[in-house]
Amino acid sequence: MSVPRKKLSGGQRAVLAAPYLWIVVFFLAPMALIAKISLSHPAETRPPYEPTFSIDDGLAGVLAKARTLGFDAYRALADDRLYLDSYLTSLLIAGVSTAIMLMIAYPFALTMARAPRRLRSLLIGLAVAPFWTSFLIRVYAWIALLKDEGLINHALMALHIIDAPLSIYATNGAVVIGIVYSYLPFMLLPLYSALERQDPALREAAADLGASPLQVFWRVTLPLSRPGVIAGCLLVFIPAVGEFVIPDLLGGSETLMIGRTLWNDFFANRDWPAASAAAIILLALLIGPLLVAERARLRAEEEPS
Amino acid sequence: MRFARSLVLLLGFAFLYGPILILAAMSFNASKLVTVWGGFSTKWYVALLDDAATLNAAKISLSVAALSAAIATLLGLAAAVALARFGGFRTRGLFFGAVHAPLVLPEVVLGLALLSAFVAFGFERGFVTLVIAHATFTMCFTSVVLLAALRGLDPSQEEAAMDLGATPMRAFALVVLPAIAPSLASAFLLAFTLSLDDLVIASFTTGPGATTLPMRIYSQVRLGVTPEVNAISTLLLAFVGIILAISALALNRPARDLA
Repeated sequence: MSVPRKKLSGGQRAVLAAPYLWIVVFFLAPMALIAKISLSHPAETRPPYEPTFSIDDGLAGVLAKARTLGFDAYRALADDRLYLDSYLTSLLIAGVSTAIMLMIAYPFALTMARAPRRLRSLLIGLAVAPFWTSFLIRVYAWIALLKDEGLINHALMALHIIDAPLSIYATNGAVVIGIVYSYLPFMLLPLYSALERQDPALREAAADLGASPLQVFWRVTLPLSRPGVIAGCLLVFIPAVGEFVIPDLLGGSETLMIGRTLWNDFFANRDWPAASAAAIILLALLIGPLLVAERARLRAEEEPS
Repeated sequence: MRFARSLVLLLGFAFLYGPILILAAMSFNASKLVTVWGGFSTKWYVALLDDAATLNAAKISLSVAALSAAIATLLGLAAAVALARFGGFRTRGLFFGAVHAPLVLPEVVLGLALLSAFVAFGFERGFVTLVIAHATFTMCFTSVVLLAALRGLDPSQEEAAMDLGATPMRAFALVVLPAIAPSLASAFLLAFTLSLDDLVIASFTTGPGATTLPMRIYSQVRLGVTPEVNAISTLLLAFVGIILAISALALNRPARDLA
C-alpha cells in the first residue's frame, strides 16, 4: 500500500516533534540498546556488560570493540534447560489459560449481548470495571482463597466434599486460575462487541430455514464472531506469556515462566546479556501470532460486510 | 432459557467480583486468620496511619501517576493529532508502529530496555526516571483513545472554523479540544490508573529513594497475607471505584467507553 507523501508545515512539525523525539529517545533507543547488550558479554563492570562504546574510542576503537560482539548469549540460552523450559511452560500456561478463558467468556459475553438493550451497557460496564482496579491486588486476593489453609479448602472441608486440603496454591494450576481471573475483561470486551453487532435477523433467517438452535450457533453466531475471538485470544495470550506477577505470587518454585526467569537473571544474577537475549527471543515469539492476526484482520476488511 | 441466562450472569459476576469482595470483607476482620471471623474491626486501617513507609509510597505513587499521566496525555494528543490530521508524512508507518508497540510489549521487556537506557545515559534512577518510564508506557494507551476520538470527529466543523478565518491553532483550540474533552479525561484517567497499578516497570526503573505503593505491597505480600495489606488494598480498590463511578456519572457514559 503506497501512502502519499507530503511536506509538513512548520507548525505541524512542531506538534509531531515532541512525541516523535520522546519515542525515539525513550523507546526505540532503549530497544536498540537491549539488542546490542544481547550481543555483548557479561562483565564485572558498571554497567555489567562489555563492550561499552564511547565517543572517545575513535573509529578504530569502535571497530575493534564491535568485533567482540557476538551471539554467545543466544548460544548459551539455547543450551540452557532453564530457559527452554521457561519458554515452553510460558507458552503452555498462556495457551491453556486462553482456552479456558474463551470457554468462560463466550457464554458470558453472549448472554450480555442478548440481554435487553437498556441493560447491556450497564452489564458490560460492570464486567470490565475490574480491569481498572489494581492487578496486583486482584492476584493477591487469590492467595487467601487458594492456600492450603485458605477459604476454598476450608469451605470444601466444612462441606465434607474433601478430607484433606487440595494443594492448589504454588502450582501451575494456581497460575492458570490467576491468569484467567485477571485477564477475563480483556477477553470479554472484544467478544461482546463482536456478538452485540450481529444482526438478529440472520439467526431468525437460519431458524426459519429449519436450523436447530445448536445449528444456528455453530453455523451463524460462532463464525460471525471470529474476529472477536481472535482479538480476545491475542489480547490475553500475548501479555500472559510475558507475565511476571502471577507466576511469582501464585506459582511454585517449579513454575518457570519466562518473565520470572528473565527478572531473576536481571536482578539476582545480574546477567544483562542473557536477560536481553531472552527478551529479544520473547519478542520474536510474540511477533508471530501478531502477524497472523494482522493478516486475518486485513482479510476480514477486504470481505464486503 | 431465562433461568439459564440469569445463572450465567450470576456465575460470571460472582467470579469477577467474589475475590475482591472477600478481600474487602477480610480487611474488616478483627482476626488475623483468613478462615476465622473475629468480629468487625477497623484496627488494620488505624494501623496503616502509623505505617510511614506505606503512606510515603502512596504519596510517591500518586505524584508519579499524576505527572506521568499528564505528560502521556499531552504526548498522546500530539501523536494522535499528527496521525489523524497530517496525512501520509514521511516515516508515518515507523511513528505509528513505535507509538503503539508498547501496547503488546511484555512489561519485563520494556522495563529491561528502559533500565538499560537510563544506565547507559547516566541518569540517576529515582522519581524522574519513574515518571519518564510511566509516561512512555502509558502514552500508547492515551494515543489510542485520542486517535479514536479524533477519527470519530466530523472534520467539517474544523474546516468551517478555518473558512471563517480561524488559524489552524485557533480552530483546534475552539472546536476540536472541546469536542474531545471527555476523551482527554478518560485518556488521563486510563494513564493515571495504569501508572498507579504498575509494579514491573516501576521495579526496573526506580531507585532506592522512590518506592511505589505496588512495590511496597508486593514486598509485603511476599511475606504472606496480612490484614494490613488487605486494608491498603481495599482503600486502593475503593479509590479507583470512586474515580470510576464519578467519571461514569460525569461523562454519562458506561465504563466500557472509557476503556
